[in-house]
Amino acid sequence: MSQIFDRRRTTLAAVLGALLASTMAGYAADDTIKVGVLHSLSGTMAISETTLKDTVLYLIDEQNKKGGVLGKKLEAVVVDPASNWPLFAEKARELISQDKVSVVFGCWTSVSRKSVLPVFKELNSILFYPVQYEGEESERNVFYTGAAPNQQAIPAVDYLMKEEGVQRWVLAGTDYVYPRTTNKILEAYLKAKGVADDDIMINYTPFGHSDWQSIVADIKKFGSAGKKTAVVSTINGDANVPFYKELGNQGIKAEDIPVVAFSVGEEELAGIDTKPLVGHLAAWNYFQSVDSEANAAFIDGWHQFIKNDKRTTNDPMEATYIGFNAWVKAVEAAGTTDVDPVIDTLVGTTVPNLSGGYATIMPNHHITKPVLIGEIQDDGQFDIVSETAPVVGDEWSDYLEGSKDLISDWRKPLSCGNFNVATGKCGGNS
Amino acid sequence: MITSFLIDSLDRRGRIVVGLLVALALLVPAGNLLVPEGSAFHVSTYQLTLFGKYLTYALLALSVDLVWGYCGILSLGHGAFFALGGYAMGMYLMRQIGARGVYADPVLPDFMVFLNWKELPWFWHGFDMAWYALLMVILVPGLLALLFGWLSFRSRVTGVYLSIITQALTYALLLAFFRNDMGFGGNNGLTDFKDIVGFPIQAPGTRAALFAASALMLALGFVVASAVVRSKLGKVLVAIRDAESRTRFIGYRVEHYKLFVWTLSAVMAGVAGALYVPQVGIINPSEFDPAASIEAVIWVAVGGRGTLVGPLIGAVAVNFGKTWFTGALPEVWLYALGALFVVVTLFLPRGIVGLWDRVVSRRTKPAKEMDGSGRRAGEAA
Amino acid sequence: MRFLRLLAIVAALAAGLQPALAGRIADADLSARVAALGAGGFDEVETAITDLAATGDDRVPAILDRLGEGELMVRKADGAVFFADKAGKDYRLTDPVTGADAGPAPKATVEKIKVNNRIRRAIASAVGALTLMSPDPAVRRAAAEAVMKSADAAALPALEQAIAVETVPDIRAAMVAARATALLASDAPESDKVAAIAAIADLGSRDALGFLSGYTSADGAVGDAARKAAAAIESRLMLWDMGQNLWYGLSLGSVLLLAAIGLAITFGVMGVINMAHGEMVMLGAYATFTVQEVIRTSWPGLFDYSLLIALPVAFLTAALAGILIERSVIRWLYGRPLETLLATWGVSLILQQAVRSLYGANNREVGNPSWMSGSFSVGDIQVTWTRLWIILFALAVFLALIAVLKRTRLGLEMRAVTQNRQMAAAVGIRTPLVDALTFGLGSGIAGLAGVALSQIDNVSPNLGRGYIIDSFMVVVFGGVGNLWGTLVGALTLGVANKMLEPYAGAVLGKIILLLAIILFIQKRPRGLFALKGRAVEA
Repeated sequence: MSQIFDRRRTTLAAVLGALLASTMAGYAADDTIKVGVLHSLSGTMAISETTLKDTVLYLIDEQNKKGGVLGKKLEAVVVDPASNWPLFAEKARELISQDKVSVVFGCWTSVSRKSVLPVFKELNSILFYPVQYEGEESERNVFYTGAAPNQQAIPAVDYLMKEEGVQRWVLAGTDYVYPRTTNKILEAYLKAKGVADDDIMINYTPFGHSDWQSIVADIKKFGSAGKKTAVVSTINGDANVPFYKELGNQGIKAEDIPVVAFSVGEEELAGIDTKPLVGHLAAWNYFQSVDSEANAAFIDGWHQFIKNDKRTTNDPMEATYIGFNAWVKAVEAAGTTDVDPVIDTLVGTTVPNLSGGYATIMPNHHITKPVLIGEIQDDGQFDIVSETAPVVGDEWSDYLEGSKDLISDWRKPLSCGNFNVATGKCGGNS
Repeated sequence: MITSFLIDSLDRRGRIVVGLLVALALLVPAGNLLVPEGSAFHVSTYQLTLFGKYLTYALLALSVDLVWGYCGILSLGHGAFFALGGYAMGMYLMRQIGARGVYADPVLPDFMVFLNWKELPWFWHGFDMAWYALLMVILVPGLLALLFGWLSFRSRVTGVYLSIITQALTYALLLAFFRNDMGFGGNNGLTDFKDIVGFPIQAPGTRAALFAASALMLALGFVVASAVVRSKLGKVLVAIRDAESRTRFIGYRVEHYKLFVWTLSAVMAGVAGALYVPQVGIINPSEFDPAASIEAVIWVAVGGRGTLVGPLIGAVAVNFGKTWFTGALPEVWLYALGALFVVVTLFLPRGIVGLWDRVVSRRTKPAKEMDGSGRRAGEAA
Repeated sequence: MRFLRLLAIVAALAAGLQPALAGRIADADLSARVAALGAGGFDEVETAITDLAATGDDRVPAILDRLGEGELMVRKADGAVFFADKAGKDYRLTDPVTGADAGPAPKATVEKIKVNNRIRRAIASAVGALTLMSPDPAVRRAAAEAVMKSADAAALPALEQAIAVETVPDIRAAMVAARATALLASDAPESDKVAAIAAIADLGSRDALGFLSGYTSADGAVGDAARKAAAAIESRLMLWDMGQNLWYGLSLGSVLLLAAIGLAITFGVMGVINMAHGEMVMLGAYATFTVQEVIRTSWPGLFDYSLLIALPVAFLTAALAGILIERSVIRWLYGRPLETLLATWGVSLILQQAVRSLYGANNREVGNPSWMSGSFSVGDIQVTWTRLWIILFALAVFLALIAVLKRTRLGLEMRAVTQNRQMAAAVGIRTPLVDALTFGLGSGIAGLAGVALSQIDNVSPNLGRGYIIDSFMVVVFGGVGNLWGTLVGALTLGVANKMLEPYAGAVLGKIILLLAIILFIQKRPRGLFALKGRAVEA
């Protein structure tokens, strides 16, 4: 008995020792610039976020091949916030105050961003947030490289009106803040365009909803009222696969009732047989099928880095790419990685995007993006059917009651994220 | 007098624990505020908030252990009480933001402005007052537990049936709080707090005070739990755990005992939640996730159920492990955590405390044979 | 009568005006019209399609079909339009009019003519009108349906011609319906339109309702007729809707049954609070994915049988994993059910992470074999093949399991061991072996559920987590240890959920159901079908 016990204890000690040694190795070099990566590698969001972690590692690798930044190599510090929102805040604090990273790339869900916000403000660091989101936020320490609602939703609806002659609208979404806001904005927009109340159906479902039979049947019913109908889907990641499978099974074709989605990209389609879905749409600022030299080079490099040439690329990856390059450019321009000068330099920084144009970081910490609309193809890729000129991200929507008077400008002397033009005051935060 | 009664109720180990917690409450904030950075005794803000969080987890674990370890009620829904306490606190903190929200609305929290709500829902009234919020921290989880327990214990729902319906309860609340129409901020929950009873929530002093409050509240919870389990009431609870029918036949009103300890435990969980929220800065429906409740049970199992020290050690150890693994081994830490649970249940049926006891008793009384099985009767399936 | 006479006149006129449908026009003329496809945006392409269709040339359908497939390309150098076939990385061009080979073209020198939904609809309606006379009945049927959807007055002459010679009754009926919709869209006299509404109303389907509701706000006799017809169809469909909801409920119930039935063994019969049950389902789904992957790369012809092949593979994978878990972990924990919860929770974390490391965190694609795709109608209830197969499969698995437990020696021994371990051992049953096999059986069945769920849900490491709570609810609601309880419980919860959903919405419906379960357990603390006797207290 005691022997067994002893052996157990020695193994334990050995394991602990090995673990310690492995972590110590990470802290060895000091002449590097540390870059924090705050994406969930386990839990429900791992499905989306793991790819972004790999993207940051890939970009750092490429940058180091070019000689790093300011003559120093970049070093990634990867942590796993495990899809747990309070853990996001804890890990953010760990990255900034323990690991002393110069910048953090991270978060996917709005709630994770909300959770880390106070930490970034308190410790004054920089977060690049690479996912489309609901807007209604502009913080000094955050740069939003994903789309605001006006960079996705409204152009998509315009396209459907013009190209498809849609008169009846189903706004279907997961019940959380992004779909709620987007649908509010769209509702106001559609009504402004003369769409009647009866011609708008709004439906919310819980996260991970998997039984779509009734809702798809309802959509079908709604669509058989003699007017051209389309579905605007803000359904979140996991629930999409069963939703599209049900659409395919119930025989709803894109020619009859097209579905335009704002959260379905190449990654999500990788889990579905897309043959029955050809013609359904998605609105993003980037598709893997974009025909540009920058994109071809990016995809090649990505395939080499990840050692799998079947891996897709998607919009949040492009947003990460833009954010990373903008940060590198700003650091080089400022000649330092110190937070305040870099934040000031970032505004106005222009870097190439992957669709052959340029992205500029605006004073509201959002960026300019072209809006692309793609139709799903049978190989899981998108065929781009419409592309707009670059649109500036609108953080405070003009279609929402509470925010129509707000603007954001982080340049001096205003330096305010929620300046109320009606009252002339910078509200709340500062 | 009550204090002395409570202190008397502690055994030697209990006194050490309470002494340690009080010392922590004094020394750690001092280490953070007074000791200069760079000194070996300096406690960073990161460590302070981290350990503050662990202490609230420890209080949650203690509350789970009180019903599971001493009364045989395995709750897979204690996270619900924790989260309700947290929401009560969160609502108070939201109201404290006042006009400093992004939309600068004097009354409505940001998420209501943004959903175009015109006035405060009725259940938000009163939360601008600290005493009311504190009352709710205790009342809401307490009343829910009272109602749920009254129904369940009276109709003699036991064992796994009870466990599963506690899970159903927290799952239903999870879904309900996710709904934006409920008025609790939906998936984003409540966040971006500014200050608590007039002090800025991010100030070092406030953080230190919150830490001290957590440590002291845990000490108080420990003393209360200790008083309960060492009283005659506690003996009846153990009797119920080990042979419920027999206890009933002897003439005890089993339901009443269960209901008391169940409600007390829910209140403790609620208080833990209320202390947790200002320290992590967010409360969102994922705290209602059944997985979170299961995790709390696991802390107890790792530490050693049926002991009062065990849950404290378990909560801190597992969470410390989690913090460390997610930073050091982000890709593989789930293997380590999963393996830990398997190993603990297989080889340490009485948790870390059981292991410690075995080591100590072997050293002092080598002749005495240990029971070793670690089994407990009365866990009817 | 008058209507028919009028139709005859219209038909005669049309035959005179319309160029012969099977005819051909000059190559140069057609080439010019094809070249117009390559010039400009969607508006221009649509006009070009209408132009092409108006020629009535029998080469047009093929050209339009390939346009829809995205195989029509413009040569950047001269703007000429070709059929393009992939040849390695480049394309091989063919002249669409003459069929002459136009040589290879590197990828960069050609550009695909873009097609969107509007263009696809235009193609379908044009091709439909042109192929109404096709010798192939399937093509004629598709053509009639396409023309009906487009409701285009321009298709009337072609329809009249086709109806006159059509011999297959139901295709003829489809054409008549199409004619009615086209007539409504045309500027025919009101009396004809009223007659057309009657013809559409006779269909009685939801599609018919859709067409009619386009005219319910019209004035005069047409509006009246449309309103009346629509109201009649609506009241008829109400009843069918109830039936449809019931069907959805059964279908959801069968999914719950599949997910829960393995748990009914490991948890219900053996008493192990098996938190890793969902991961067994996930293993089954990944086994299906792996089988399909192998078939795709090595024997693509077998794809339609991939699910059948996956069944035993998934069963064995999950069963082996289950046996391994039982032998290494669970066997030490019998009699301590609550501790099995902790250990299996740990196991589930490990399994999830293992799958994540092996297959990646992303969703994996599991395809539908052709016999599981699409749907058919029973009355106005739409039945998708996937759901029908899943219901049948769930019942089959259930019955097979009952047979194993009640009719085989293994089943007898399983029941003996779980009811009284010591006594079973005393009469010579090798209890460890039976334990392992029972757990393996429960896990294997979970694996089978994974095969079915891969057809309707995500195949991701989180697959199991989504079903574990529902599964426990079903087993507890039905009564632990009673398989029939699980069956009734699953179907009841499924139907109740779907009946609530139209009124309360998906989220609130589920919350109500959970609260109902909590209250139900108060009423019947041991579930729907409680076990009686001393075994209960053990």
